[in-house]
Amino acid sequence: MAEVSYKDLSLNGLWKNNPAIVQLLGLCPLLAVTGSVVNALGLGLATMMVLIISNTSVSLIRNLVSDAVRLPTFVMIIAAAVTCIELLMQAFTYELFQILGIFLPLITTNCVILGRADGFAARNSIGPSFYDGLIMGLGFACVLAVLGALRELSGTGALFANMDLLFGPDAANWKIVMYSDYQPFLLAILPPGAFIFTGLIIAVKNLIDDRIKKRQDAVKASPVKGAKRVRVTGAVS
Amino acid sequence: MLGRSITRNSILLAIFAACTTALIAGTHLLTKDDIAEQKRLAEEKALLQIVPRSRHDNSMLDDTIAVGPQDAELGLREDKQIYVARQDGEVIAVIIPAVARDGYTGDIELIVGVNEDGTIAGVRALAQRETPGLGDKVDLKKSDWMLDFNGRSLENPTLSGWAVKKDNGVFDQFTGATITPRAVVAAILRVLQFAETNRETLFDIGDTQTDSTGDDA
Repeated sequence: MAEVSYKDLSLNGLWKNNPAIVQLLGLCPLLAVTGSVVNALGLGLATMMVLIISNTSVSLIRNLVSDAVRLPTFVMIIAAAVTCIELLMQAFTYELFQILGIFLPLITTNCVILGRADGFAARNSIGPSFYDGLIMGLGFACVLAVLGALRELSGTGALFANMDLLFGPDAANWKIVMYSDYQPFLLAILPPGAFIFTGLIIAVKNLIDDRIKKRQDAVKASPVKGAKRVRVTGAVS
Repeated sequence: MLGRSITRNSILLAIFAACTTALIAGTHLLTKDDIAEQKRLAEEKALLQIVPRSRHDNSMLDDTIAVGPQDAELGLREDKQIYVARQDGEVIAVIIPAVARDGYTGDIELIVGVNEDGTIAGVRALAQRETPGLGDKVDLKKSDWMLDFNGRSLENPTLSGWAVKKDNGVFDQFTGATITPRAVVAAILRVLQFAETNRETLFDIGDTQTDSTGDDA
């Protein structure tokens, strides 16, 4: 993994190796808080911040720590980053902090973060590590936001409700009511809805991947590699 | 050799522990005041929804009466405060915390504003985990149901009317959820009865200064 191109990193994080829908990591918060766009975005952004901080600091100290204490050190860094983010959210977006509740501290145990710290940042220099954290976090946050939007729309018939919790009072009127008189579709808001919509998103992604592959085969180009499910957490050194 | 590696790793871990602790301590110190302020604002926001600024001129957060688990009607599990709203020194309303312990999914934490004349100024659910879409209509963000209690009192409706319609009362239950509204209605009734029994302490009758004694009933 000596040569890393930023283009590959972006493609990996956002699509080919997306932490949420390809690696299927961090599903617990994904399923739990995506009842509305604002909750999903709140947790997505928090996770992204933690990923950036942890990737950058792990990369900084990668030559200092020995293999034996590698994981404890990484976990310590991640936990510290999460606690700081939690305090900041409590100070600046208090209501959102209350809604997300236990899922903020639980970011610590999100496998995406330790996975990227150990699998990528521990053996790459600081620039790519920072960028990898940003892109992986963005990929995760995007899936969360899409899932939140789908569930909020089908569950309540509206979109972007309560955005002021995250973006200040100006955002209070961002709410778009698609269908007034909408009979709430309970299943979408309850946990099973999260599973169903996650499944649908993965299906759509696979469908698009298949199309791309077919088109490329048709023009005799080299096939896309790595479009299958790849686990990157278990890199043992 | 092994000893040296253990020493080295321990020291390394200790250094990291110290660094991360310092980082968290720093963030804590930086955000401490903001967090305290936010907590206060969130608390006050709920109180102001019940008794708006136009009706009182004191700081409700600083004018309180202690209540706790010993006041059985309120169902509280820990010590809480009754907030007192005054206009020109006269008590115009009190906001009483209560817990409906018989919700469908555990406790429903409520605050009930009771006016000086015994009518309800407003009710809000502060914390609840009722079924989304069914029982969570006790949350004002989801449904206007809570507003139905405004202006009610022990005389309106009379005691037998303080129940959901299914139990021959006057309050709507939600489609698909009877347990939650039943618990909330019962809890609010108990708060009104508590306010009636402790009227003198709460509304400071015959005295202009509150003392923080408990119930004197």
